[in-house]
Amino acid sequence: MELISQHTKRIMEGCKERAAAAGLRFEKETLEYIVTNRDLLELTPKLMIPTLYDYWVHEVEVLKEKGRYELYPSNPYETVINTRPAISYYNDNNPDWLNVMIFYHVLAHIDFFQNNLCFRHTWDYDFTGQALSDKRMIAQLRSDNGRWVDYVIEFARGIDNLVGFHSELSRLSRPPESAHARMLDYYFDHFLQNVRKVKTGKYIKEIERYNACLRQSPEHGEQAFFAEVLRKHPEFDSLYKKSLEAKAERRQDLLQFILEHSEFLAREKNHWMKPVVEVVRKTSLFFQPQIRTKIMNEGWASYWHEALFLQDDRISGHEVDFARVHAGVTAMPRVGLNPYALGMRLFQHIEESAGKGRYSIEFRRLTDRRERERYDRPQGDGRDFLFNARENLNDFLFIHSFVGQEFVDRFRLFVAGRRLNQARGVWEIYVKSRSADDYRAMLLGQLYHPPAIDIDREKTGNGALYLVHRFEGRPLVREFIANTLLGIEFLWGRPVQLETSEAVRAEPAGPPSGLPGMHMPLGEERRERELKWQRVRYTMQDRKLTRDVL
Amino acid sequence: MTVPADEKLHARLKAAGLEPAQEARMRRELEAGGSHDLPDAGRADAGAGIDAFGRELYAYHDLDRLQGLAAMQPSAGANIRSLDELLGRDRLREQDGFPRKINVGRLIKPGRSGRQKVVIVPTTVEEKLLHDTSSRSEEEPAQGGSGEGEEGEVIGEQPVREEPPPGAAGPGQGEGGSHEIESNAYDLGRILTEKFQLPNLKDKGKKRSLTRYTYDLTDRHRGFGQLLDKKATLRRILETNLHLGNIPDVNRIDPTRFLVAPEDKVYRVLSPEKDYESQALVFFLRDYSGSMEGPSTVLVVAQHVMIYSWLMYQYAMQVETRFILHDTEAKEVPDFYTYYNSKVAGGTQVSSAYALVNETVERENLTRDYNIYVFHGTDGDDWDHDGSESLPQLRRMLAYANRVGITIAQHARDEEARTEVEKYVRGSGLLEEKARLLRMDVMREDADEPRLIEGIKKLIAE
Repeated sequence: MELISQHTKRIMEGCKERAAAAGLRFEKETLEYIVTNRDLLELTPKLMIPTLYDYWVHEVEVLKEKGRYELYPSNPYETVINTRPAISYYNDNNPDWLNVMIFYHVLAHIDFFQNNLCFRHTWDYDFTGQALSDKRMIAQLRSDNGRWVDYVIEFARGIDNLVGFHSELSRLSRPPESAHARMLDYYFDHFLQNVRKVKTGKYIKEIERYNACLRQSPEHGEQAFFAEVLRKHPEFDSLYKKSLEAKAERRQDLLQFILEHSEFLAREKNHWMKPVVEVVRKTSLFFQPQIRTKIMNEGWASYWHEALFLQDDRISGHEVDFARVHAGVTAMPRVGLNPYALGMRLFQHIEESAGKGRYSIEFRRLTDRRERERYDRPQGDGRDFLFNARENLNDFLFIHSFVGQEFVDRFRLFVAGRRLNQARGVWEIYVKSRSADDYRAMLLGQLYHPPAIDIDREKTGNGALYLVHRFEGRPLVREFIANTLLGIEFLWGRPVQLETSEAVRAEPAGPPSGLPGMHMPLGEERRERELKWQRVRYTMQDRKLTRDVL
Repeated sequence: MTVPADEKLHARLKAAGLEPAQEARMRRELEAGGSHDLPDAGRADAGAGIDAFGRELYAYHDLDRLQGLAAMQPSAGANIRSLDELLGRDRLREQDGFPRKINVGRLIKPGRSGRQKVVIVPTTVEEKLLHDTSSRSEEEPAQGGSGEGEEGEVIGEQPVREEPPPGAAGPGQGEGGSHEIESNAYDLGRILTEKFQLPNLKDKGKKRSLTRYTYDLTDRHRGFGQLLDKKATLRRILETNLHLGNIPDVNRIDPTRFLVAPEDKVYRVLSPEKDYESQALVFFLRDYSGSMEGPSTVLVVAQHVMIYSWLMYQYAMQVETRFILHDTEAKEVPDFYTYYNSKVAGGTQVSSAYALVNETVERENLTRDYNIYVFHGTDGDDWDHDGSESLPQLRRMLAYANRVGITIAQHARDEEARTEVEKYVRGSGLLEEKARLLRMDVMREDADEPRLIEGIKKLIAE
């Protein structure tokens, strides 16, 4: 891997100036490398992070069956990585005009990494540096503990998709609050209602008393209020402290919980495993926002490479070349989902709509279609709105908030379905729906969504770790349960139980009735109804898996 | 196109009396038509524009979209250095009480033009708790789309079975296929070799000895090498010092006074050792009748690829192989490529293949010089439903063969019932009578790679 030439770097610097002038915000320093196929061979298994720890699975072809993208929080073939300085990779024979386009694309990605709040936890350090020191530590541990390091990595990676990404973000993005505010929440939301179980009248009286205290003395009102509370309920203080502890514990993800409570890891001779698990957890957390902002990130980058490229004075004469490449990247496929195309159009649509003031209550209240089409009451700049969206949303919120009927109609989008034509022995692809609700639901259904697995602390009390899968209409991949639980059992050191839901295949109610020779239309709803769900519990004990129906 | 011979055979069997179910099965094969051509080299792409159906949102990435840099994955060849290590590690896993993780797999890689390549590599899966999106496919998956079309309008079609397109039976994939197989077979064999060994090898005429290499620290080398041979080194040092007159009294040797020349150090070095073994000849028999359409052919051929690969590696390509395809008639084909790629069609007569093997062996007097192995892959259908023609041929074969292995890839549709071949082979009592010589493995047509390897073990276990 070598750096790009001075000539190309100068082009990059020119791009930076123009991008910054357009409003993108990113750190000045970046690193650009030329990569060869050989480099890519080494980089892609390591998710483009050159300093990621070594692990034997990186050397094997990992099966790419369906659902592969559910497994990993990152796409292994990114051009830019979210490090400080940001590193990006280039083909060595790109013509200059193409580099200009890619540079803008890359700079928009960097802007996104460094401003979108989902990446908040990656802002304060350089991941490549961190990864390098982790890599050295793991190499050192490997020389002491041999293959057992790899087992620990393997088992920790088995549950690294369950990391508490959102609780990590919430910890970082919490507004500063006074100790009293939290105490206040506890007093009114929990203590009065659940511990004392006071009547409504008494509750309101307490609120009035609080307000009165504040009126009396805005500065020391709260103190006075709580002094009275403590006099009346001496137990309040200790209960409050206990609740704080419990709250902190509840936020732990599975890896954290194991790190803290596993007797096995707590043993002197197993101490070395903890940092390894910690590295796996940190790495996974680092990649989490990437996959949750795929559409936004690619859309944002495509939006900007288009906007900035067309204004760039250095590339005149290459408009047609650009148009060809740009269309290739951002064309809406006839069927399929292209995150570049979709994200870019959605950003453009939002900018326009915001420019016309369509994200206002007045507009929302309008029901007349023609009036809606004509509506144009500018309230500020559409771009500001865009920057705001780029800062605060992830794919889910982005799609949920902005994919509406106007957007779907404007770009003639539809939900494509596939059905079997038995007579001709082919799958027919057809237009299933043009409703925005269906389209949105289809998009949301495609998004990365790892299962929610909670730790049941009460049932875990007796030593066996008790996990509960919060069922959201999709079961877990059954073949993977055994080995994953085996890994958890290893790290936990005791039996592990997992409660989840599985389909009971109900017997179809007799053969489908129909005229002979005429096949029934394959009613999807009909088959859907036959699926019943039941709760089952898997138990992994002494590396043996058993399953019982609850 | 129906082969006239099939019709004749059918008429003869019909005269002898058939059950309706058998009759129906035969008719199906006859009417399916088709021929045993090799697949066409080029194939038109499926309907343009709808290829992206099923392509996941997250499969798009910058390197590919913007710079045309393909996603690279290390091939088995690139990793051959670490392959032994990987497998060693996998063996250790078992010792440590964890399940093995490395699979020997064939990957179907879609090529740029929609043509597919079969690549054989070690693979693994990282298992996690994750949502099973496929089980929602009770309802067909929905995808995004854009452009014209009313709701309900059909805008494109895809073939139902994606891998083996109709006609290109099983793994047939046109040009390039055989090359891929040859170059990967060696790697695959390397992996498999740890697991198998040809059973019942007997000493036979050593006209052209079968050479098989094992590596051992047997050769000696002076000056440098892998392992110091202390005894030999001491002997040389002593000799040198005697010559130098450095040892005044042979009965009282003082080793501290030795002069040691670098040349005196004797090392052992790794060297290939030839193992002279008896020669083996392997017959591969494949049923390519019409009923083999689809997964059963894929399975049988996959298993034969593995056996073939293993032989190529283990016996340094010194094992002789013969390939026989059969429907109602059997024919020998010249190479693995033809064997691998020929399309399915026609009826089924297992005895024809067995007869051809027997005939070949007899005519060429192969029993004198060779250990003979026969591997037969079929879906278990046989028009000769009671085995009255196959069994005598099989008995003849068992008289000289060192091992006959029959693989039955059972169709999902007759999961419950035993297939004809299975029934008559079991009924004949040969499996018990000649337990050392005859093995049969019945698997479902949707069996996976580990099951295939399990099957091979069963077929060639001692």
